[in-house]
Amino acid sequence: MSLALIAALPFLGALLPGLTIRLGRNACALATGLVTATALLLLAFHAPAVLRGEVVQTRIDWLPSLGLNANFFLDGLGLLFAGLILGIGLLIILYARFYLAARDPMGQFYTYLLLFQGAMVGIVLSDNILLLLIFWELTSLSSFLLIGYWKHLPEGRQGARMALAVTGGGGLAMIAGMLILGNIVGSYDLTVILQNKALIQASPLYIPALILILLGAFTKSAQFPFHFWLPHAMAAPTPVSAYLHSATMVKAGLFLMARMWPVLAGTPEWFWIVATTGLVTMVLAAKIALFKDDLKALLAFSTVSHLGLITMLLGFGTKAAATVAVFHIINHATFKAALFMVAGIVDHEAHTRDLKRLGGLRVLMPITFTIALLASLSMAGIPPLNGFLSKELMLEEAAHAVWLTPWAMGLLATIGALFSVAYSFRFLAHGFLGPVRKDYPHKPHDPGFGLWAAPAFLASLVVLIGLVPMLTASWLVNAAASAVTGEAVAVKITHWHGLEAPALWMSLAAIGGGLALLGLHPRLMAIWNASPRPDAKRIFDALIEPLAAAARDLTATLHNGSLTRAIAIATLAIAAASAYAFATGTHLPGDRALLPLSTVPVIVWAILMIAALATVVLHRDRVVALLLTGIVGLVISIGFAWFSAPDLALTQITVEVVTILLMLLALNFLPKTTPVESTAPRRARDAAIAGIAGLGIGGLALALMTRAPAFDPISHFHLAQSKPGAGGTNAVNTIIVDFRGYDTYGEIIVLGIAALVIFALSEALLRSPTVSARLRAIGSGTNDAGDRHPMMLAIAARVLLPLAMMVGVYLYLRGHNLPGGGFVAGLVFAIAYLTQYLASGYVWSHRRQRYDHHILIGGGVLVASLAGVGAWVMGLPFLTSGYDYVTLWPLETFELATAAIFDLGVFLCVLGAVMLSLASLSRMALRAGEKVNPDAFDIDPSREVR
Amino acid sequence: MELLVASAIGLLTAVGIYLMLRLRTFPVILGLTFLSYAVNVFIFAAGRLAVNQPPIIAKGATYADPLPQALVLTAIVISFGMTAVIVIMSLGGYLESGHDKVDMDGKP
Repeated sequence: MSLALIAALPFLGALLPGLTIRLGRNACALATGLVTATALLLLAFHAPAVLRGEVVQTRIDWLPSLGLNANFFLDGLGLLFAGLILGIGLLIILYARFYLAARDPMGQFYTYLLLFQGAMVGIVLSDNILLLLIFWELTSLSSFLLIGYWKHLPEGRQGARMALAVTGGGGLAMIAGMLILGNIVGSYDLTVILQNKALIQASPLYIPALILILLGAFTKSAQFPFHFWLPHAMAAPTPVSAYLHSATMVKAGLFLMARMWPVLAGTPEWFWIVATTGLVTMVLAAKIALFKDDLKALLAFSTVSHLGLITMLLGFGTKAAATVAVFHIINHATFKAALFMVAGIVDHEAHTRDLKRLGGLRVLMPITFTIALLASLSMAGIPPLNGFLSKELMLEEAAHAVWLTPWAMGLLATIGALFSVAYSFRFLAHGFLGPVRKDYPHKPHDPGFGLWAAPAFLASLVVLIGLVPMLTASWLVNAAASAVTGEAVAVKITHWHGLEAPALWMSLAAIGGGLALLGLHPRLMAIWNASPRPDAKRIFDALIEPLAAAARDLTATLHNGSLTRAIAIATLAIAAASAYAFATGTHLPGDRALLPLSTVPVIVWAILMIAALATVVLHRDRVVALLLTGIVGLVISIGFAWFSAPDLALTQITVEVVTILLMLLALNFLPKTTPVESTAPRRARDAAIAGIAGLGIGGLALALMTRAPAFDPISHFHLAQSKPGAGGTNAVNTIIVDFRGYDTYGEIIVLGIAALVIFALSEALLRSPTVSARLRAIGSGTNDAGDRHPMMLAIAARVLLPLAMMVGVYLYLRGHNLPGGGFVAGLVFAIAYLTQYLASGYVWSHRRQRYDHHILIGGGVLVASLAGVGAWVMGLPFLTSGYDYVTLWPLETFELATAAIFDLGVFLCVLGAVMLSLASLSRMALRAGEKVNPDAFDIDPSREVR
Repeated sequence: MELLVASAIGLLTAVGIYLMLRLRTFPVILGLTFLSYAVNVFIFAAGRLAVNQPPIIAKGATYADPLPQALVLTAIVISFGMTAVIVIMSLGGYLESGHDKVDMDGKP
């Protein structure tokens, strides 16, 4: 359970920031931090076992027959990534607390952050690839919220949209690839898939699957040519950039490539696609980074470049290269997160991130400078820092890889490293070195401890891993690399590889060349500015705009605002599909014995048919049409009673009463007649469509009823178990409150929500001045009866109330054994109350009611929930019911079932929902100018004859 | 008897669809009510018709299929909720716009 909990904690915790923000910003950040820290602690609890080489698993089966489960597993790779996500997440939470301005909604920020964190943790812990895909898409969605956090900035919104379009689109491709992979292997479990390298690579679908999965990974990890979204995502607040682009979002693509490495890597296709993409990305992005003046843009392209580097290493397909990739993932996360935070601090203090306006910060911000110095030297690959170690190993691997020619890969990797040295030094030299200036937008100085604590911690890791890598990092690298390659890895990380190692000379060349480039920078910058460059955003927009326009046109064509057209098309389409199915199938006449006809049913049937046809003919007179509809409903309830469904008959008749009352109330404010608008041909067309639908459904019903069921009905079980299992003899009621109680539970909640929607809508309507004016106009136009609350009706209703309630209680109590139950009892109670409303008016009755309808709905759901949770307390599944027999003198022995508590919840909820719906409409009448009566019965005072 | 029920279901459907194709909200709501009747009876009929066999457990009795009945019972109550929401929506539309047409004029 605990692995699932680690993934679930951030999601659950996402509720906290919104609540705790009311207690202040510190409480909010603390609560968020506690959530992440708890998840990290749970992870640490598993770390010893994973480092010993074990794989921790959590299995939650959902639909095992379809391969659907929520399985999680934790191996070395998962541990590394989950540790990075949660660990750096904790630092980001601290940093963001002090970074965000007072006007930024902090609760929202932390909620988004935790959602994103949960999605990321989910990706790295998922065992089921379908589950992984869901988390994958969730990272796209939640990062959209984070990148667009500053909604008031157009760059933020556009950047977020671009990131979503690119990564979401890649995610769709990946879904296809993963499904192919699952199909090849016959299982969606990663642990199974990872065992089947030979099967996958021999499959003819290997190449399509590989390309589709890589599309997902490359878009997420901003690999060329999909790298353009990442710099635009820099419009996000800096904590987001630091989190998404150092340890999480963009690393998800790398994670996936590493995860799939054992089964996808090792082929020439893998090498050519992955290594080439990585190499091109690394060199290209490093070159662009050199010419960026914005600190964050420089770091963004540097991130793209380093992602390319890691991708290239994974592409090599060798165990050693994969191990270096893992090591560099750790190192990059530490120095890049620190650098992003430094960029944020500079922006925060100097109010600019433009390298042209900075310089001299070394003196003004000594602490920040120290952090920046360590982190950027590591990024440049200067010994003895951790970036040096992995870059040296990378160059060594590149030197031995054969790509086109034996030396091309090594040369290009050295060039990439050279640019990397140049932009890292530029970051330092143009930002921090040089003389102190007089024209900063804001006089910079070191921030408070809260803001520099997180990057300082990361910088200390940079130094520690750099100095003693075998002590601080090799164990984690070994565990993760073993998981990636599927073989035991024992890495040896040293600072000195000897004079004969090519990496030494490549490194020296990179450092020397980088320094030279920095010296030449002003001149190169001039050339760069003069040369034409493709603008990724403009190309992206030019591609997207026609698509969006086409989608808009299609929607406008299909959905032109005509409901009748949509219904007509839908009806005809369904009819055509059914006709096709009918025409292409084989048919035998039904052979089930039919019930004999008798007189009474034929008479009732005739009433139904006449009433239904009359409704169509007379539908322009709305009151008449409504009454005819009521007759149809009553006849149907008679039909239910005739055909052995007493519960349905009771429900139908009570619902019918309530529905007709509701519609009468509404008709008060609507026109009483429908004008003739459609032409005769159109009416003929509609009649034809309706006729086709009626014939089809009627024919289908007849075909169904004249045949025996194709499968044995499952209700044999319900009938057999009704008494011994659920303790009631009314099988319909035991199904509702016991066998399928969960359905009913959902249904009463839906009913309650519907009533609340009605309440909310009527509130909104009453607030609108147009509506109020129109209601008043309608009210003044109506001619009320003079005898508006007749005495006889009021007294009859009063007498009826206790009797009706007694019937309701009786129906509720006997429901488990005889027709009745919570639904019907609730409706009977509602009708009893509504009669009072009818007799004495809404206000008079409402004033005498002690409970709010909302409380009835909420209380009903609560009681039903308690009945469900009660089973949990007894150690049984939700909503398991129990019963026993009780003897209480002078009564007969009777049965007490916990299902009765559930049924009470149903009763309360139905009562509340019905009452709230009608009361909401009644309140409109008040606005329409209905006069309030002080007495239970009266005569309209203005009409009184003296 | 099956023929009576089947023809009733057919007519209720036809009336429902015809009214839903009208141009004002109130007939559309009535049409939806008719369609709900038709669907409820159809689902009920899927349990096959039986007379004098209510699914109340007793010695030596035969029973109508209780499962479609239980499904239809909750469906009837839910249809009420749905109808009520549509009624308030149509009322709101009428009170806000001053007319109760269901089709928009021209493009949305």
